[in-house]
Amino acid sequence: MDIFIQQIINGLVLGSIYALVALGYTMVYGILGLINFAHGEVVMIGALTALTAIGVLVPAGLPGPVVVLAGLLIAIPVCMAVGFAIERVAYRPLRNAPRLAPLITAIGMSIVLQQLAMIAWGRNYHTFPALLPALPHRVMGAAITDLQIIIVVTAALLMAALLWLITRTRLGRAMRATAESPSVARLMGVDVDRVIAFTFVLGSALAAVAGVMVAANYSIAHYAMGFMLGLKAFTAAVLGGIGNVGGAMLGGLLLGVIESLGAGYIGDLTGGFLGSHYQDVFAFFVLILVLVFRPSGLMGEKVAERA
Amino acid sequence: MSLPVPSYALPALLVSVCVLAACGQQTDSAAPAAASAGAPEAADVLVVRLGHVAPLTGPQSHLGKDNENGARLAVDDLNAEHFVIGGRTARFELLGEDDQADPRQGTTVAQKLADSNVNAVIGHLNSGTTIPASRIYHDAGIVQVSPSATNPQYTRQGYKGAFRVFADDVQQGGVLGAFAVDTLRMKRIAVIDDRTAYGQGLADEFEKAAKAAGAEIVAREYTTDKATDFASILTKVKSTTPDLLFYGGMDTQAGPMARQLKTLGMAVPMLFGDGACTVEFHKLAGEGAEGSYCSLPGVPLDKMAGGSAFRDRYMAKFNTDIQLYAPYAYDAVRVVAEAMRKAGSVEADKFLPELAAIDYPGLTAEIRFDEKGDIKDGAITLYQAKSGAWTALETMGGKAQR
Amino acid sequence: MNPVAPKLRAHLGIALIGVALAVLPFVVGATFGNSWVRIVDFALLYVMLALGLNIVVGFAGLLDLGYIAFYAVGAYLYALLSSPHLALAFPAVFASAPDLPFWLVLPLGALVAGLFGVMLGAPTLKLRGDYLAIVTLGFGEIIRIFLNNLNAPLNLTNGPQGINNIAPARIAGHALSRPLELFGAQIPSVTLYYYFFLALTLLVIFVCVRLQDSRLGRAWVAIREDEVAARACGINTRNVKLLAFGLGATFGGVAGGLFAGFQGFVSPESFGLLESIMVLCMVVLGGMGNIAGVILGAVLLALLPEVLRWGAAPLQQALFGSVPVDPETLRLLLFGIALVLVMRLRPAGLWPSALRRRELAAHADGSAP
Repeated sequence: MDIFIQQIINGLVLGSIYALVALGYTMVYGILGLINFAHGEVVMIGALTALTAIGVLVPAGLPGPVVVLAGLLIAIPVCMAVGFAIERVAYRPLRNAPRLAPLITAIGMSIVLQQLAMIAWGRNYHTFPALLPALPHRVMGAAITDLQIIIVVTAALLMAALLWLITRTRLGRAMRATAESPSVARLMGVDVDRVIAFTFVLGSALAAVAGVMVAANYSIAHYAMGFMLGLKAFTAAVLGGIGNVGGAMLGGLLLGVIESLGAGYIGDLTGGFLGSHYQDVFAFFVLILVLVFRPSGLMGEKVAERA
Repeated sequence: MSLPVPSYALPALLVSVCVLAACGQQTDSAAPAAASAGAPEAADVLVVRLGHVAPLTGPQSHLGKDNENGARLAVDDLNAEHFVIGGRTARFELLGEDDQADPRQGTTVAQKLADSNVNAVIGHLNSGTTIPASRIYHDAGIVQVSPSATNPQYTRQGYKGAFRVFADDVQQGGVLGAFAVDTLRMKRIAVIDDRTAYGQGLADEFEKAAKAAGAEIVAREYTTDKATDFASILTKVKSTTPDLLFYGGMDTQAGPMARQLKTLGMAVPMLFGDGACTVEFHKLAGEGAEGSYCSLPGVPLDKMAGGSAFRDRYMAKFNTDIQLYAPYAYDAVRVVAEAMRKAGSVEADKFLPELAAIDYPGLTAEIRFDEKGDIKDGAITLYQAKSGAWTALETMGGKAQR
Repeated sequence: MNPVAPKLRAHLGIALIGVALAVLPFVVGATFGNSWVRIVDFALLYVMLALGLNIVVGFAGLLDLGYIAFYAVGAYLYALLSSPHLALAFPAVFASAPDLPFWLVLPLGALVAGLFGVMLGAPTLKLRGDYLAIVTLGFGEIIRIFLNNLNAPLNLTNGPQGINNIAPARIAGHALSRPLELFGAQIPSVTLYYYFFLALTLLVIFVCVRLQDSRLGRAWVAIREDEVAARACGINTRNVKLLAFGLGATFGGVAGGLFAGFQGFVSPESFGLLESIMVLCMVVLGGMGNIAGVILGAVLLALLPEVLRWGAAPLQQALFGSVPVDPETLRLLLFGIALVLVMRLRPAGLWPSALRRRELAAHADGSAP
């Protein structure tokens, strides 16, 4: 039983990070209808920027949590600027282009950002100093650290704040209007370009937080870390119903738990034929199954046949 | 039409591509031209061109660059020593190439080196690129020495010119299995590998040897070489209460894994092969490193003549610590140069017999090859992590164990 | 206006292209070396792959991010049937290594890949756009993961170690991996492969052109433009979509078989997601739906990284007098910049189909897409 609880905790920590990154994908998709393939690289830049800032701040002798917070506060504006630049360089000029053209520029941007990061931060893996207490607490036989609790709580708070922003503020209303129809929104006096730029900036800020969380939780950062994470987060966004903010959260948490349970129990389920090497197969299989029965994801609205 | 497409854009792109292509052609022909131009003034200078291939971009690029640095240091040393081959002073050139750890690019680069008529190739880093490339080198009559490919298949294809200065998976896995059971007295062992050719090969050989020595394999779990989260497989391992956890893979996974083991409240020692036997592992694992074991072919660098001097010179020259295989890449270059000196020739058919029969005191080991081209009686040293560094425990055998 | 002149010009053009293609490997081999002939060989494989994917993405408008799985299926089938692996792994079943001629193995690989294509297509019929993209991506990963792990309990694929010693294709008793002595001259192996690949590429192009103008080709375009309307016109959208997946996969299977024979070694790391993305880039960058454009895209993107491999260091030397950035880093950086620039300047691809160009003009006039 304690093993099962431990697997659920593992899944929730992983899922919180997926969910934060997935939000970036889903917001951009909701508004522009395109996959921002470079989003994973923003997460990577957030992690590495925070790490550099922390490296400078540690000798100052401040307490650990303050240093991490300072690193985060430096990483957020940097990522916002990167997100803004991505939109300007790779997406805005292609607003009216065929649907797949921005996909290619996104892939191009992803390669460019990765190579620039490699030039800036080098090829080696970087380690995140142990600034936050990592000693495990015992919960019904399972272990959880302070850091992991902070990650889950922060992710939950950020998602709640985002939901509030989208449903309760003027800006959120403008975002929803733009997602519905950019041309009509423009007629209603919405500055569509600004709203789209803001969406990118907001998603990038969340990516920065996710990047710092990943780096702190796994104590590791590397210029190639963004791609796989981005892919998983994108999968999570689709699982929940892409374009739907609540769906991204649900999808992220669910994917984390599915992966965790998959690795833990797939061997027992298949009588030892399949092992934890089929963890990703299991995750994708669940995704395909969900999409076969709910073609727009778990929380996605049913789109009319005429898209 | 309202799309502003500058009409000059496409031609401009194509022209720039053509210019680049032309540049490429120039360098190809320029290198031999420069060599021959230099020849009249110094008629006794012999140019030796060595190819080096490793992934220089992508997730393994830090290891690839390390290999190349090792080879470059050897080449610089040889040139500084005014190494003499057949009565002429040799000038060594290193052609460093990138294969991105991709088998297709591995063969493309191999063909490029074959076209450039290199005298020998040091590389590649990964078994997955080394094996398909070895066919091209074999057809072109080029001698290949890999400093780090561990798949046994590489030297079992019947290619006379394929060598390695590193223990293969069978040799190292056998030593590790015997060490875990006979020396550490571990009975219940969990095994994790990263599903790469290296990690899976080593873990399988370890499992075989540990079972043969009488241990029980209580869990076999898997991750990937890109993973950072191991909580769920470690939780699974925890439920089987092992005495020891073996991981077949690189330090970039082993480090975080050791850390997460601690986070989960598990006090199980870990055992690794060469991939995690690095300085980097301590950085990545933090306090989780303490008490782990690892193995590295050869004798500890500090115990070899010139070993610590090598480390100092490496750090001075490249401004970074040795990652992993640089000393082996260094040895690979030196052993080829030595065979050339003995044969008095840089032609493969002349120095190949000398290389096959060589007995050279390298940085990492006394290098001799068996009939396949594998290092003969390669010693393997076991280390334990003690207060932030690997401390040598014992150097095992020398004989390959089956 | 003389009606004969354009026809004559067309014939002349075809003849010129034919001559250029025929002498290409010798010219390239003599001026740049055999490594460039090998690169051209790979470019031909990519042309086949891109044309196969073009059927799915360009003609039928179904975004496929896992196309490389079919390439993998073709490659592994060829590897299994032309290497000693099966005999080594299952000595009880196979007494000796299977020794089948390539003209049997290659179509078999294509057929099996085609079946996999239909298998992928069946559960995804209802999905649209990006949902389809992620499912195909997942499918591609699933295939790769199975190839990487099926060394236990049955050693079917030899797992991450890959399958070695794959026999090359033999034509008239001559193995293509050996140079051919002809009239006293020696033709290198890469050149032999060039002609072999070229012949099959031309066949693939021919099939694509015929498909495009066929009833089926028009049905695909109808689905791409408007699925509901297509169904209303009496098109069996299910079958037509499955055919697109199946036929596209078939070409991938052929290219995979050729790759396995050419390399002599296959391992799962050749069939990652990045390869799928690369082939998609070729299709989109060249001009989706236009066969000539797709060929152009494939050739350009296959050659560009190699050109940059040769050119990156000398270029910096010329510009700055030193090499401040590693040539390898710069190579990928420039590749990424090229992708962004080309799509910004020519959003419909370098050589879009006439129909696409018209649509784009219409969109640009009418603000919203």
